[in-house]
Amino acid sequence: MRYAMAIDTKKCVGCSDCVVACQTEHNVPIGYCRDWVVEVTDGTYPVLELENRSERCNHCENSPCVRCCPTGASHYSEGGIVLVTKHECIGCGACIQSCPYDARYTHPEGYVDKCTFCNDRVGKGMQPACVAVCPTKCMYFGDLDNPNSEISKILALRKHKTLIPEAGTQPHVYFLI
Amino acid sequence: MKRREFIKISSIGLGGIAVASSLYRWVPSDIFGKYTESGEKEDNVRTPTYCEICFWQCAGWVHTTSEGRIKKITGHDDDPHCNGRLCPRGTGGVGMFYDEDRLKTPLIRTKERGKDVFREATWDEAFDYIAEKLKDIAAKHGPECIALFTHGSGGKFFGHLLKAMGSDNIGAPSYAQCRGPREVAFYSTFGSIIGSPEPTDIRDTRCLVLIGSHLGENMHNSQVQEMSDAIDKGAAIITVDPRYSIAASKSKFWLPIKPATDLALLLSWIHVLIYEEWYDKDYVERRTFGFEQLKNHVKDFTPEWAHGITTIEPHIIRETAREMATASPAVIVHPGRHVTWYGDDTQRMRAVAILNALLGSWGRRGGFFNPESQSLPKFPHPEYPKPKRTWRDAFPGKYVLAGDVLASGMCDATIPTPARDCEIKAWLVNGTNLIETLPNRKNTLEAIQNLELMVVVDTMPMEITGWADVVLPECTYLERYDMVRASAHREATLALRMPAREPLYDSKPAWWMAKELGHRLGLDEYFNYENIEEMLDWQLKQVGSSLSEMQKLGVKRIPRQYDDLYFRDSDEVEFNTNSGKIELYSSDLANAGFDPIPVYTAHPEPPPNFYRLNYGRAPMHTFTRTANNPNLTDLMDENTLWVNPKVAKIWDLKNNQYVKLKNQDGVVSSFAIKVRVTERIRHDSVYMVHGFGHSNPKLSRAHGRGASDSELITNVMLDPIMGGTGMRGNFVTFITNVEEVQA
Repeated sequence: MRYAMAIDTKKCVGCSDCVVACQTEHNVPIGYCRDWVVEVTDGTYPVLELENRSERCNHCENSPCVRCCPTGASHYSEGGIVLVTKHECIGCGACIQSCPYDARYTHPEGYVDKCTFCNDRVGKGMQPACVAVCPTKCMYFGDLDNPNSEISKILALRKHKTLIPEAGTQPHVYFLI
Repeated sequence: MKRREFIKISSIGLGGIAVASSLYRWVPSDIFGKYTESGEKEDNVRTPTYCEICFWQCAGWVHTTSEGRIKKITGHDDDPHCNGRLCPRGTGGVGMFYDEDRLKTPLIRTKERGKDVFREATWDEAFDYIAEKLKDIAAKHGPECIALFTHGSGGKFFGHLLKAMGSDNIGAPSYAQCRGPREVAFYSTFGSIIGSPEPTDIRDTRCLVLIGSHLGENMHNSQVQEMSDAIDKGAAIITVDPRYSIAASKSKFWLPIKPATDLALLLSWIHVLIYEEWYDKDYVERRTFGFEQLKNHVKDFTPEWAHGITTIEPHIIRETAREMATASPAVIVHPGRHVTWYGDDTQRMRAVAILNALLGSWGRRGGFFNPESQSLPKFPHPEYPKPKRTWRDAFPGKYVLAGDVLASGMCDATIPTPARDCEIKAWLVNGTNLIETLPNRKNTLEAIQNLELMVVVDTMPMEITGWADVVLPECTYLERYDMVRASAHREATLALRMPAREPLYDSKPAWWMAKELGHRLGLDEYFNYENIEEMLDWQLKQVGSSLSEMQKLGVKRIPRQYDDLYFRDSDEVEFNTNSGKIELYSSDLANAGFDPIPVYTAHPEPPPNFYRLNYGRAPMHTFTRTANNPNLTDLMDENTLWVNPKVAKIWDLKNNQYVKLKNQDGVVSSFAIKVRVTERIRHDSVYMVHGFGHSNPKLSRAHGRGASDSELITNVMLDPIMGGTGMRGNFVTFITNVEEVQA
């Protein structure tokens, strides 16, 4: 079992629905977010290119945040999902500093919070909230170890990239390009 | 766990949780408890609704926790408006409920109009005040002098009230300020309006042409979903826009057209299709009227001619025409939605309709489908009295082809002129912030100052509420019943909105307000039901459903009776036009004294140092309605001014610098707006998202954030055919010495 997500940048319109859905699903306080939308423009008018993508914790196989956590609060869970155990977190922020993707924030209640791949929903056979809500259906979630999963198939079919691969973190969020 | 107790940081959570949980738990009637989403906690209940954040009205489920907290809203799987997926605004609809700035109690004005000073009142006081005034106005001037402006579900009930009083002055800005020209154009061509949701068969199209329409930023849910499906299937998108929109970035062809020249491009495309003989010959021969006149008319509109006007290269015009023809009939030249641009909008939309006719896309798979609807019979009531006059009498011989009421016309008919013997004297305003919605604010305010009564029904304090005599706080769509949504699509659907919990504060649903006012106006026989449940149940039973069934289902799909989603090639089709055919040459327009085939006219260009003010939508906001929603302001809390780097260099503008804007008439924006230097905008125009720059300080998150485009739209180019208010002939320049007070 190896959970991963793929976001089709050819379809994403950058509407931020994924951000609101996450916020209401997980009671993420106003002013904070576990996922966010990035828009990158290249070129000079009128020869332009634009990429929209929804970003979040990459649930890296080689996670600097897990490695640097002094209490073991940051850990790998089933399927490689990287989680933070709230009551073990002392809020030191080492993980926030170590994450190349700036995917973590300190919750107003004092612990570090981030995307969980909606492990609670996934455990019940549901899709993560962001994937389930996306109006363009540009997000795919599933098990990389299963060659017949939708995500394995789409990654086999489509050209894709990960973010900051040179950091050596082996991210498990892919972007179809 | 000890650490938690030690830290004791107050739980912030969602903006209004504290408010919600401090109220008693409202227990919904017993049937709701059974319907829980799989995987949700047992004690979570879900109730059906359809969204009120925009007019797309997607159906969904409101999820409420056992403490009575509205947790989230999700899309309804059976609803063709959303297919189980709400857009960011619909998902963020919870913020509308929790917004602590909501209107909480009825208000009666105590100082002069526009000062926004009120006293709190009881519902009885407010209703008595309104009823007395309305009776007085009806007695003095006739009930026809009462008008309703509405862009919300509550308008159905207030509209009924007005008709019962004897007035037909019921209008929405969504016509003359938005989609009106396309409806008149398509009606005069195909004998049928476009309507909403648009019957565009985007999911099966092979070529989608967007002209100034920015789907994706314009979050019309199922259309965006289908555009995404079309991208998946490899459809070609052609986008015509001076701005590199999100849709443009997904396009095979982006035509960065010079603003205000779209009609020249459209005529040139028509020329190419006809003279290269790429049009659908069989379809045109069998189903259309006036081809020879059209062919003759467009003879000289070559791509070379259009190039000089639009700046689009001739070979691109030919290639894109070829792309459409290759995809034909699975091609959509999209009619757009907000099309009131330059005052010749009906004619521009006629050119769009003609293109679709030449490509044979009307009534064909991948083009436009034939929508199916299911109407609900009205709850029985006595006949409405016949109004002796309407807003139309204020404009003799004008706008004869307007198929709907002009909100701007009712506004103008409120301002006294020597030529008229009667003006509109009272406005009811529901769910539309007219100050920001109508162009030419000075005109709107002058009209308001001539009123004897203005009542505003809304959930939020807005600019318009500040000008009211009486403000009535409507509860949000999450706290009320409304009429059943009966909408047309590939299949007809019914959707129910019911309260997920009791209204917060002293807010009330529109149906109750209208009934109470009706009672005070002696119109009880028009409101012959105890409550709305009784009325809805009666209506639903007439079509084989019931309120209790709809409470369980949320959405009911009604299968099509006939296999007529598209025309069959063998079908003989009689269109609802004078000739019974698709009119390339419009006899309606000819009879009314207008050009029967569109003619290009040049529009004014920006004077030196000025730039055309373009405006549009962001996917997380709807007009001014969402500008204070805590969840949605979290995504976007102010608009920015898009400026091309070349222009920025001339003016020494830096990213994130605040500037004010001055338009061609010397009007200066009330608030400064943040500059966004971007290659995505042409050098001759600037762009901002509509709906910001709120001047009402009661909107704690929206007040003074960004600038209002409406405020700068003082030049209105009226469409003589149907009275649309063209708003894109306004030019702005920068005032750069603004302190960064808003950072």
